[in-house]
Amino acid sequence: MEIRSKEFKQRAVFAIHDASLQQALGKARGGFVGKRAQQAAELPEFEQLREEAKNTKNHILDNLDHYLERYEAAVTAAGGHVHWARDAEEARRIILDICKRVDAKTVTKGKSMVSEEIGLNEALIEHGMEVVETDLGEYIIQLAHEPPSHIIAPAVHKTKDQVSDLFEKAHGGPRKTEVADLVNEARRVLRDKYFKADVGITGGNFLVAETGSSIIVTNEGNGDLTQTLAKVHIVTSGIERVVPTLDDATLFLRLLARSATGQETETYTTISTGPRRAGDLDGPEEYHVVLVDNGRSKMLAGRFKDMLRCIRCGACMNHCPVYGAVGGHAYGWVYPGPMGSVLTPLIKGLDNAYDLPNACTLNGRCASVCPVKIPLPDLLRELRHMQHQQDITPVMQKRALQVWRYVATRPKLYHALEQVGARFLSAIAKNGSIRRLPLAGAWTDVRDLPAPAGRTFLELWQGKRGQK
Amino acid sequence: MTAATNAREAILNSVRSALRRGPLDDARRAELDARRPHHTRPAQDEELVARFIRKFESRAGTTVRVASRADVPAAVEAYRADKGLPAHAAVGAALQDLAFPGLEIHHDPAGISETMAVSQALAGIAEPGSLMMASGPASPITHNFVPDDHVVVLDAGAIVGHFEEAWEVLRARAEGMPRATNIISGPSRTADVEQTIQLGAHGPRRVHVIIVG
Repeated sequence: MEIRSKEFKQRAVFAIHDASLQQALGKARGGFVGKRAQQAAELPEFEQLREEAKNTKNHILDNLDHYLERYEAAVTAAGGHVHWARDAEEARRIILDICKRVDAKTVTKGKSMVSEEIGLNEALIEHGMEVVETDLGEYIIQLAHEPPSHIIAPAVHKTKDQVSDLFEKAHGGPRKTEVADLVNEARRVLRDKYFKADVGITGGNFLVAETGSSIIVTNEGNGDLTQTLAKVHIVTSGIERVVPTLDDATLFLRLLARSATGQETETYTTISTGPRRAGDLDGPEEYHVVLVDNGRSKMLAGRFKDMLRCIRCGACMNHCPVYGAVGGHAYGWVYPGPMGSVLTPLIKGLDNAYDLPNACTLNGRCASVCPVKIPLPDLLRELRHMQHQQDITPVMQKRALQVWRYVATRPKLYHALEQVGARFLSAIAKNGSIRRLPLAGAWTDVRDLPAPAGRTFLELWQGKRGQK
Repeated sequence: MTAATNAREAILNSVRSALRRGPLDDARRAELDARRPHHTRPAQDEELVARFIRKFESRAGTTVRVASRADVPAAVEAYRADKGLPAHAAVGAALQDLAFPGLEIHHDPAGISETMAVSQALAGIAEPGSLMMASGPASPITHNFVPDDHVVVLDAGAIVGHFEEAWEVLRARAEGMPRATNIISGPSRTADVEQTIQLGAHGPRRVHVIIVG
C-alpha cells in the first residue's frame, strides 16, 4: 500500500475529531490492557519467559543464515517449496507467478501483515483475481476499502453500526444489528469462498527449522479453512520469523496469546508441514513459502537489530497513549503504534515518516509490556537522532533547537528568561490553567496547560534557604 | 545464475554481512544442530485429566468421560440427540473399529453441508487444555473445521502436561510430522466486532470431547 505517513499530523487531527473512531477506540482501550495484565499476573513465570524469549531471539538472529538454510532444507524434504524475495516487488511477482500458473480465479487470505507490507491484494486484483480476506476484521475493512488499523485487530476502529452498514451494502438486507447475526452472515458468505478458492494465502507466526513447518495462530479458524480447502497454500513470512525447534516456538506461543489478546492461548495453533501426502483425502496439493527480506537483513547490522525480535503481538500499540488517541490509520502505512513507528521509517525511509518517531511521549509503557523486551523508546529516540544527523528535521524545529541550545548553555540568561516566562504564564492564567497560548495552539486546542505558580523553582528554593 | 538463486544468495549474504562474518563453519553448524533448548515450563500441580477438563471447558468446550472405547458410540449419540442434529456424520477412519448404530456415517472429507464430524485426537495438552489432532488418511483435516459440531475422542492416557511432551509424541511417530497438526482449544471464536466475543466464527460452533478411560 502507498505510504501516507507524511500526513501524520493532519490525519491525527482528523482522527481526534472523528466521533465514531473515538467511540471505537474508547471501547478497545481498556479490554486489551486489562486482559493482558490479568494473564501476566496469573503466570508466575511470565517475566522469566520474557527474558528467555529475548535471549532466544537474539541467538536466532545471530545465526539467522544457518536457521534459514536448515528451514529451507526441511520444507523441501517435506515436499514444499521455499521462495526468497529481496523486496516487496519480488515477493509480489513470485506469488503472482504461482497464482497465474494454476490459473487462479479466487484467492482466499488468512491474516498476513507481510502481505499488506508487500501490497499483495492490489497486485492480484489488478491481474483479474478475486481476493477475499477471511479474518472477520480483515473482511470488514476490505468491504470498507481501508487498510488495517491494528496488527491483530484490523477493524478495531469500526463500530458495530458501521459494520452493519457495510454488511447491508455488500450482502443486501435485512440489516443485522446484533454481533451474533453479523458474525453468522460473514460465516455464511465466506464458506462459499473457502470451497471455491484456488489459492489460499496465510501469514506465518513461526517457521520451524527442525521440521520445516509454518505455524499460524488464530481464533476464528479462517486461516485453517483458507489453507485446507484451496488447491495451493502460500505462506508469506518475514525472514526473521524462523525458530530452531518446536520447543523454541513454544516459548513464544506462551507469550503471544497472553500479550496479544490477553488469552492463555488462542483457539487454533496450526503446524503445517508440506502439501497433501499419498493417501490424504484433503489438504492443499501444493505448499509454498515466500521468505521476505524487504529491509530486514539490513536491520540486523546495527542498533535496530532489537526490532527483529518482534513477534507481532500488538501489545505496544494497545498500551500506547498516542495510538489510543489517534488509532492506527493516522500512522499512514501498514504497521502502526510504537513498533510501526520504528519499522516504517526503516523500511520506507526516514524522510517518508518523519513524524512517526516523534509521535511518542517516551513514557515507556510499550517497552514494559513487550514480550521480547524490545527497547522501543530507545529505538525511537535513535531514529530522532538519525533524522537530525541526516538533516531532515524541519527548519523551524532546527531554529528552535538552536535557540534553546544558546539559552541553555548560558545559565544566567536561562534563569532570567525563566522568571519572565513563569510570571507571564501566571498572569494569563485563569483559575490555575491556561486555555490559549500564543505559538502553542496545537497543545492548547485540545487541552489546558496547567499554570505555573508565578515564581520559578530556583527563586522559591533560594527564598527557602534565606529563611533558614 | 537464475533470479531465484540470486535472491537466495543475496539475502543470505546480506544477513552475513550485517552480522560481519562469512558462512558458519561446519563445527559451529553441528553445534547449532545439536542445540536442545530447555525453556521454562509453567508449573503445574494438578492431575492431568482434571486440568485438561477445567481448561478446555473454560474456553466454552464441553467434555464427557466414559469408561472404555466401546462406550464412545453411545456418547456420540447422546450428544447428537441433545443438540437435535441430523443422524449423519463424517467419521475419521481412525474410528472405523467402532459401529455407530442409527448414525449414517462416511470416512470422506467434510463437504460444505456436513453438520457433524467425529475424530480421534492424537493427544491432549493439559497446560492450555487443548486437543492435538494429526491429519492423515484416517483423520481428514476438514473434519476439524467445516462442520458446526465437532466431537473428538481423546484417550485419558494420551493427555500430557506441557507442549514439549506433545512434541515428543510427534517426534516418536514412525511417519514423522503430520502434514497438519491442529492444536484446538474449544470452539471457533472472534472478537472483531467491538471486542464482543462470539463463538462459531468460521470453524465449529461447538467442540465436544469424549474422554476415554
